[in-house]
Amino acid sequence: MAEKISNRKVFFNPFSKDNPVLVQILGICSVLAVTVKLAPALAMGLSVIAVLAFSNVIISILRKTIPTNIRIIVQLVVVAGLVVIVSQLLQAYAYDVSKQLSVFISLIITNCILMGRLEAFAMANRPWPSFLDGVGNGIGYTIILVSVAFFRELLGSGTLFGFRVVPQALYDAGYVDNGLMILPPMALVVVACIIWVQRSFNKDLQEK
Amino acid sequence: MNKESKSYTLLYTMALVMIVGSALAYTAITLKDRQQANIDADKMRQILASVRITPAADSIVESYRHYITDSYVVDASGNRLEGDNAFDVNVGAQMRLPGGERELPVYVCTLADGSEKYILPLYGSGLWGPIWGYVSLDSDAAVVYDAYFAHQGETPGLGAEIQKPAFSSQFVGKRIFLDDRFMPVTVVKAGRAPSDGRDYVDAVSGATITSKGVADMLDNCLLPYRAFLENLSRQNQTH
Repeated sequence: MAEKISNRKVFFNPFSKDNPVLVQILGICSVLAVTVKLAPALAMGLSVIAVLAFSNVIISILRKTIPTNIRIIVQLVVVAGLVVIVSQLLQAYAYDVSKQLSVFISLIITNCILMGRLEAFAMANRPWPSFLDGVGNGIGYTIILVSVAFFRELLGSGTLFGFRVVPQALYDAGYVDNGLMILPPMALVVVACIIWVQRSFNKDLQEK
Repeated sequence: MNKESKSYTLLYTMALVMIVGSALAYTAITLKDRQQANIDADKMRQILASVRITPAADSIVESYRHYITDSYVVDASGNRLEGDNAFDVNVGAQMRLPGGERELPVYVCTLADGSEKYILPLYGSGLWGPIWGYVSLDSDAAVVYDAYFAHQGETPGLGAEIQKPAFSSQFVGKRIFLDDRFMPVTVVKAGRAPSDGRDYVDAVSGATITSKGVADMLDNCLLPYRAFLENLSRQNQTH
């Protein structure tokens, strides 16, 4: 029964052992789309944390009142409402970020992590653990997003958060940014490398 | 109370939709002014970019007020339309009208050295979605001073290259009048030249449709300005 897991585990497991992207392989499409640069990746991560935490709490509070046959619709309405609010807030207070993320903010609605957590956790748990679960999974997702973006921005553009880190001397010596890193397929390859590294450290995740 | 009954489900859905709906309406209304200010500032940034002015994010509105000394709307015969604000004209919507009926915004920019540039907006479609831009002309409308292009979702590394200075800077110094005939600059595959002898720039290789979109956009958006630009060019010759 899920209730027996300690709050600590609920919060920290999604960072690595139960990471939504690496282990549950959810939310891959947004990882492909928004990890060209670190700044939008971080903004996307924070948006997902906010939406996931609040939708988990709302669904958890409502869980005993939701009619079973329309529960998915109720979850979707809550998630969609929150996503639109986040997107409106970004347009008002972080216009550049909202422009870079463009449609991907709205696509949080279809991010499988959200529906996954709502169905698997919030529908069966109290608000506080659900909040922790939401924040934990959001952070787990953000960690992967940011690490993929780190490699893609460093190797693809030679910058980090827009600041040049690859010294000009290296370019003068003939170094060229890898244009392939900017294209979506490389996000898959980087995610795969991270999964590979993570599984080689976590023996119990390896399939027999 | 029976949670699975039809009436409960119906009431539940109605209440939920009302609550979520009002929350959304409230957010949209309270944030509207701020969002509009951001959109306007972004448009100002793009207009200024076409005359190589790139102010810091917090001084865009100031720089715009400082450099853009005049703006007005003209019709296809080059007459000024009174009472229209150039900044509020939706270029995308105007593009759907026939060339002769459009409202054509003109922005006049006075640079630090006192020279005047005329900035004209562009709007068209690329491969995946809309593309737009601004082209600035010297005060005698003879040559292009500079240009700025943007896109919504062209392919990174291919169509998206139109946004980079490497593409837009090709327009610098291109003539739009050849022997007093108005011919907008066009975009052709690198190594070729247009058959009618007009000035051209090289297309982005690998982005044929986006480049074609830019060429069409230049034609569609600039041709209606013909009368206005001819007047401009004539005025400057007689001076």
